Amino acid sequence: MKHTVFIPCDSAALAAGAEEVAQEIIRLAEEAGIAINIKRNGSRGMFWLEPLVEVEVDGIRHAYGPVSVEQVADLFAADFLNAGTHELYQGVTEDIEYLKNQERLTFARIGITEPLSLQDYEKYDGWVGLKKAISLKPADIVQEVLDSGLRGRGGAGFPAGIKWRTVMQATADQKYIVINADEGDSGTFADRMVMEDDPYMLIEGMIIAGIAVGATKGYVYIRSEYPHAVDTMTEAVRLAREANYLGQNILGSSFTFEIEIRKAAGSYVCGEETALLESLEGKRGIVRAKPPLPALEGLFGRPTVINNVLTMAAVPYVLAQGAKAYADFGMGRSRGTLPFQLAGNIARGGLVEKAFGVTARELIEVYGGGTFTKRPIKAVQIGGPLGAYIPADKLDIAMDYEALAQKGAVLGHGGVVVFDDTVDMAEQAKYAMEFCALESCGKCTPCRIGSTRGVEVIAKIQSQPQQAVAQTALLRDLCDTMLNGSLCAMGGMTPYPVLSALDHFPEDFNITKTEQHAA
Amino acid sequence: MDTVEFHHESVIRQAAQRYRDVPGALLPILHHIQDTIGFIPNQTASELSPILNLSRAEIHGVITYYHHFKQTPPAKHTLAICQAEACQARGCRSLTKEVTEMLAGDHDWHVEHTYCLGLCATGPAIEIDGQLKAHATSEKLQKWIKDAKENA
Ligand SMILES: Cc1cc2nc3c(=O)[nH]c(=O)nc-3n(C[C@H](O)[C@H](O)[C@H](O)COP(=O)(O)O)c2cc1C
Ligand code: SF4
Ligand code: FES
Ligand code: FES
Repeated sequence: MKHTVFIPCDSAALAAGAEEVAQEIIRLAEEAGIAINIKRNGSRGMFWLEPLVEVEVDGIRHAYGPVSVEQVADLFAADFLNAGTHELYQGVTEDIEYLKNQERLTFARIGITEPLSLQDYEKYDGWVGLKKAISLKPADIVQEVLDSGLRGRGGAGFPAGIKWRTVMQATADQKYIVINADEGDSGTFADRMVMEDDPYMLIEGMIIAGIAVGATKGYVYIRSEYPHAVDTMTEAVRLAREANYLGQNILGSSFTFEIEIRKAAGSYVCGEETALLESLEGKRGIVRAKPPLPALEGLFGRPTVINNVLTMAAVPYVLAQGAKAYADFGMGRSRGTLPFQLAGNIARGGLVEKAFGVTARELIEVYGGGTFTKRPIKAVQIGGPLGAYIPADKLDIAMDYEALAQKGAVLGHGGVVVFDDTVDMAEQAKYAMEFCALESCGKCTPCRIGSTRGVEVIAKIQSQPQQAVAQTALLRDLCDTMLNGSLCAMGGMTPYPVLSALDHFPEDFNITKTEQHAA
Repeated sequence: MDTVEFHHESVIRQAAQRYRDVPGALLPILHHIQDTIGFIPNQTASELSPILNLSRAEIHGVITYYHHFKQTPPAKHTLAICQAEACQARGCRSLTKEVTEMLAGDHDWHVEHTYCLGLCATGPAIEIDGQLKAHATSEKLQKWIKDAKENA
């Protein structure tokens, strides 16, 4: 009997040594004359266990991890091909608590299938949403997306259905679907995983969007820091076209849809949708003033749906299972699930897809297992570099757009970055300003100049404690100007990490709580 | 015109030719040039200007705007180390200092800063000559650097 062994090709697994492990398994199997069938699946998203090697025995997958090259011979000796016991044995994969208790709607296939296998994609419910969409009227597809309550996953949380309806109702010779795969937020990797580990899902979502709004051309704008995602998406588009999921008369219908993959060039602000459109047009990524809305005058001045990868990746499920099935998950106005990303100083970092409403504490403690260093948590940054720092005693907060907004925080793209008690929050605040200065597109003064001033002021607070009271007051003024006078959220939200650090950790800024309140 | 410049010119022209019918293709063209030559040579703006019907200033503006595009030839080896928050939480600041000192004065190496490689659950994350590496420590870095030298 031929044994099937799964070794992920996701870049987080590769960075942990998955390729070397795969080569070693092949080599030792050959040496021993054992026939094995190697599959390169996506990652299950349990990154502390990568490289996670799975073996299939009687149709059930068993997990071993994290496997190093040096341990492979030992695994053979323990008869891992027949699920033998070993210290790396993690049990039946599906039964691992971390995975078992998730609500994987978007990530249902990820880690199970081979990313570029059309056969796998079909076998695990692929293209069902597209076939449904082909049988519906465009307005009914849009209604389905509206009814699902799906909101943009790129950060702003704008209802996807409303955006789609605007584009559907616009008249133009050409409309576009643009995918924002710039995923610049530190602590996030869900878009990367979708593109590397289940690319057809994104393609399927884009075709459905194209049919719904009357667009025949789509672009995926992928950050240059993601070469594996660029390669996988490029190959997936080629294979999908060959199988007539793209091109003309898709699956015998009257619909046409083409996709072009575009590589970005290392600018954070190009994740802002209008800067992204400028970049796609071949220009510097400078933010455009709105209106006009991209939905009416977007790429090359034409009506354009621009959505985040996760937003579009949720669409095939919505169409296949119906709006209600999706909307049944979640809380308040945040419907469905979000693939949360646990990162930074965390014991079990990875991808946790849960319905909105799960608390930050549950994610970090139950799933994440606390800090990696085993020290107490000091603060957690939620929502990327423009997101607020939340102190350890305030983590019982529901992960929901509105609940976080009430506390002056944001959900952003669902990244959760944990810091232990060794972190210096003034240093983190200074970094937020430095990052803004580095990435500012330069269009407005509060962002471009304010961020550089911000770095200087915080440096002074650090080096001249006797001036801290006056300088923190100045820092607050500066943040106020940035909050109110910036065109986009780069300058407008950089104050979130800065002020939250200052509010919760005044001692790191060389002032006492009393001085804080006096200021 | 020396042979290097001539080679560069033909790459630039090839890139422009290849994307002739693609709307808004300046970024793909620049990527093609950098992926082939290793950087964006000086004469790029003036070569592309008449072909793309864009002013030299416009093209130059695009080249300098994006962090990814380099205007000088790369060193033999490049080590990019992530500076962003999730890697800060895992100690990238001290590691950056160490590796910068370790490779200071070695002209074969260029150390650059990057802001998130999407490996934020297993930082500090680095990229050596295009290879992604997780869980970086100073011991592992020394080994990876040694391996990169041997593979060159
Ligand atoms: C500075 C800045 C960076 C952004 N980066 C991203 C990004 O990397 N990915 C993303 O999807 N949205 C990003 N956004 C949000 C986009 O502007 C936009 O809201 C999103 O693409 C809309 O898609 P959605 O409705 O599906 O979320 C960013 C916004 C700002 C202001
Ligand atoms: S806030 Fe900053 S990034 Fe945004 S438009 Fe203004 S200068 Fe550009
Ligand atoms: S990059 Fe434009 S102001 Fe710095
Ligand atoms: S923050 Fe370093 S890889 Fe994401």
